[in-house]
Amino acid sequence: MTGDGSWLIRGVTIPGRDEKATSILITGGSVTAIGPALDHPGATTLDAGGLIALPGLVDLHTHLREPGREDAETVETGTAAAALGGYTAVHAMANTDPVADTAGVVEQVWRLGRTAGHCDVQPVGAVTIGLNGARLAELGTMADSAARVRVFSDDGRCVSDPLLMRRALEYVKAFDGVIAQHAQDPRLTEGAQLNEGEMSAALGLAGWPAVAEEAIIARDCLLAAHVGSALHVCHVSTAGSAEIIRWAKSKGWPVTAEVTPHHLLLTDELAAGYDPVFKVNPPLRTEADVAELRRALADGTIDCVATDHAPHPVEAKESEWAEAAFGMTGLETALRVVQRAMVETGLLDWAGVADRMSVRPARIGRLNGHGHPLTPGAPGHLTLYDPAAPAEAVTPAGASKSRNTPFAGMELPGRVVATFLRGVPAVLDGKLA
Amino acid sequence: MKRHLISAADLSRGDAVLILDTAEELASLADRPIKKLPTLRGRTVVNLFYEDSTRTRISFEAAAKRLSADVINFSAKGSSVAKGESLKDTALTLEAMGADAVIIRHGASGAAHRLAGWVQGSVLNAGDGTHEHPTQALLDAFTIRRRLAGGVRGGGEPPRDRGVPGGRPPGLASRGAGLDGLRVTIVGDVLHSRVARSNVLLLSTLGAEVTLAAPPTLLPLAVGSWPCAVSYDLDSELSKSDVVMMLRVQQERMTAAYFPSVREYSRRYGLDAARMARLPGHAIVMHPGPMNRGVEIAAEVADSVRSTIVEQVANGVTTRMAVLYLLLGGTEFPATGVAL
Amino acid sequence: MCAARNPVAGRDGLAVLDSEEIRRALTRIAHEILERTHGGDGVILLGIPTRGVPLARRLAARIGEFEGLDVPCGSLDVTMHRDDLRLHPARALGRTELPPGGVDGRTVVLVDDVLYSGRTVRAALDALNDLGRPRAVQLAVLVDRGHRELPIRADYVGKNLPTSQREVVHVLLTEVDAQDSVMISGEGGKR
Repeated sequence: MTGDGSWLIRGVTIPGRDEKATSILITGGSVTAIGPALDHPGATTLDAGGLIALPGLVDLHTHLREPGREDAETVETGTAAAALGGYTAVHAMANTDPVADTAGVVEQVWRLGRTAGHCDVQPVGAVTIGLNGARLAELGTMADSAARVRVFSDDGRCVSDPLLMRRALEYVKAFDGVIAQHAQDPRLTEGAQLNEGEMSAALGLAGWPAVAEEAIIARDCLLAAHVGSALHVCHVSTAGSAEIIRWAKSKGWPVTAEVTPHHLLLTDELAAGYDPVFKVNPPLRTEADVAELRRALADGTIDCVATDHAPHPVEAKESEWAEAAFGMTGLETALRVVQRAMVETGLLDWAGVADRMSVRPARIGRLNGHGHPLTPGAPGHLTLYDPAAPAEAVTPAGASKSRNTPFAGMELPGRVVATFLRGVPAVLDGKLA
Repeated sequence: MKRHLISAADLSRGDAVLILDTAEELASLADRPIKKLPTLRGRTVVNLFYEDSTRTRISFEAAAKRLSADVINFSAKGSSVAKGESLKDTALTLEAMGADAVIIRHGASGAAHRLAGWVQGSVLNAGDGTHEHPTQALLDAFTIRRRLAGGVRGGGEPPRDRGVPGGRPPGLASRGAGLDGLRVTIVGDVLHSRVARSNVLLLSTLGAEVTLAAPPTLLPLAVGSWPCAVSYDLDSELSKSDVVMMLRVQQERMTAAYFPSVREYSRRYGLDAARMARLPGHAIVMHPGPMNRGVEIAAEVADSVRSTIVEQVANGVTTRMAVLYLLLGGTEFPATGVAL
Repeated sequence: MCAARNPVAGRDGLAVLDSEEIRRALTRIAHEILERTHGGDGVILLGIPTRGVPLARRLAARIGEFEGLDVPCGSLDVTMHRDDLRLHPARALGRTELPPGGVDGRTVVLVDDVLYSGRTVRAALDALNDLGRPRAVQLAVLVDRGHRELPIRADYVGKNLPTSQREVVHVLLTEVDAQDSVMISGEGGKR
């Protein structure tokens, strides 16, 4: 690469702005200028004809598996996958081994992210020690640590004790924290394998009823309102959950929510062949749920898309359904799935995608450096995407160490062409830079 | 091309009738001095049983051996499986041994599906978790047809109130017939029963009217989409039933709050002598076994002349012979075309 | 003999036996059986499904007319003993029904409609072997069309019919096909 490290991106379209094709100048790690006829000697030029520019995507929900499950993923491979998916920041969930319930572990994860350098890693702190749901973890110390944790979650498990959930919501008010709940009543879902419905009845798999998610969400919305604290609902998967959140927001309560790409596209009918690649928690649901989740994301009831990228080694996904692990990868395919589910269906335009996949998740995660719309002065985090790339079948092989993608073999549109982190390309021409 | 038998839904009406007709022809083998046919000579059939089930395993073994196949028994206890070998690795080992067919019984729903993806030969599902047990449904259908449907050709009136259960000599003139118009009531823990799932599918394919009788907690929430009726009241179904099929109820279900006590379950859904007396004269009582005498079925009912429990065992060997012959005897399971 | 479009066979065929000729052939075979078995002593007739079965019944009826003798009659399905099972999809089984007393010590006369390669009869001998030990086994066929592939011969033949292997012989019997006739048509190969 020649020149002074600055970049001139030519011929690109920024969704939400008036001009058709324009240019973006990035110098010193920031967006310095946007306009049709920019020039900057010493800048490397990138011809972005036909591409759109989005603010760098922010994932509120990723499992990087390190420390403890490096056979499935490491911070290095996970953030590489993230960058290839157009992400400039990911929130790393706390269900590692050891659990991220102390300042020591969250700082370790944070440092690993900085060393890898593909995207920013914002560690999520556990709500309870060991995710055991019994005692609060040292939330304040994690907030004050170098990792500056603001999002706390026991994801993987539900904070089911209502008193503990209340205390956690109250406690994090002191440092503008947010509790992200994995809503799953444990008693209603003991041994559950698949959405409770016609498929589970026909396949002889224990059902995971929608009410087990909805009842917890309703309770937590009421708690959040009662104590005046921020609740974020992870991976909303049912139509009923979306309706409850819409109701809570209509009351002005401090509730936000996310949905995964797979819940916007796939249903439980895929379980018919018992292939555990479709086994996930919360489970794939019905067409009616998919339709309502799309509507809710379109109208903002659901604030953002979060991947819940959950890598697993081959043997964990190759066995009988009941033995297999829950989870799907998602970082590398997220934007393409959202294009298929939301843009191609006319429910959301690309400006809306930028809002749901960058602006809002950054705001919910209290990530000040990310999620800025592309204007002069904004940080140099951006994603260049080709929405017109011919639809190609998804291959399991990618930067992630794991291959458990439910979209393998599915033809999806679009292609992430480049990802810039603080003005430096992490991905160029669809490959790691 | 039908290579496996994993679910009763794999069988069209034509397929099911062919299996029953074939079993009918093979039934007389048991009365011959040489109880053997050379048809599967040189074929290797593997019994892959992860769950203890002497009864079903022996039934399949007898069926395969009567067709002169070589049988290899692979049970989970004390084997590499107990040491943690995965189903996939076991499948690859069987492949290397050249198994023409693998008969699998496993505790996980879907195990037969997964196995079918890893072996070249045929997979016969001998019961996977709470999903299906298609050969059980076939032997049940065969038993019902022999006892009740002789002379019915795809839609006549079944014999009613003849005073003697199943008085017609078995097998005559039932060739080509289904179970049209016969009313079957299946009673018990449907939610956890692979026998129930397979029977609902197969019996309705053959034209029977199936009713499930159980407490609401033991029925899947989505049972309304199944090809059967549902009743919470066993007593109201008795006088309308040509067949009552009792399912085993595990006592452990009580601790998970599916019903308050064994006593109450038995009182509301158990088939005792009083209930049996209210069945039509020709009606038969079935049970896939093993029975909980005194819970879902009273001892005197199990031992009565209406009970088909003992002949279900013999019919099991015959029906499984028919399935093995049709799957392995030629190049493939014959096409049976549109439903009869 | 005349060329005719046979509605049952569905294609142009040459009729080589009409119902009268079939009747006479069966009458002759019935007499021959009586001659060669000392008046039908210990004889049972086993028809090979499908069309061997009605032929066996007709022979039993004829014998009954001539001698007042009740010849036991049954059927022997040979599907499970065929040597060509692995070449086709599995076939549906025909009925096997032995008369009371079985085959031990009896003279079994196998009855079939067409004798061709001889493999069906060989399968019948194998099937019979597993059912008991007859004193003797004989074979009666309505049509012998030649081209034997095994050392098998018929004891009683209705008509010898030289054919080429490209031709197909159709035997139609009232009990199965609503008419009595034997026809030859031009396509097909070995059965």
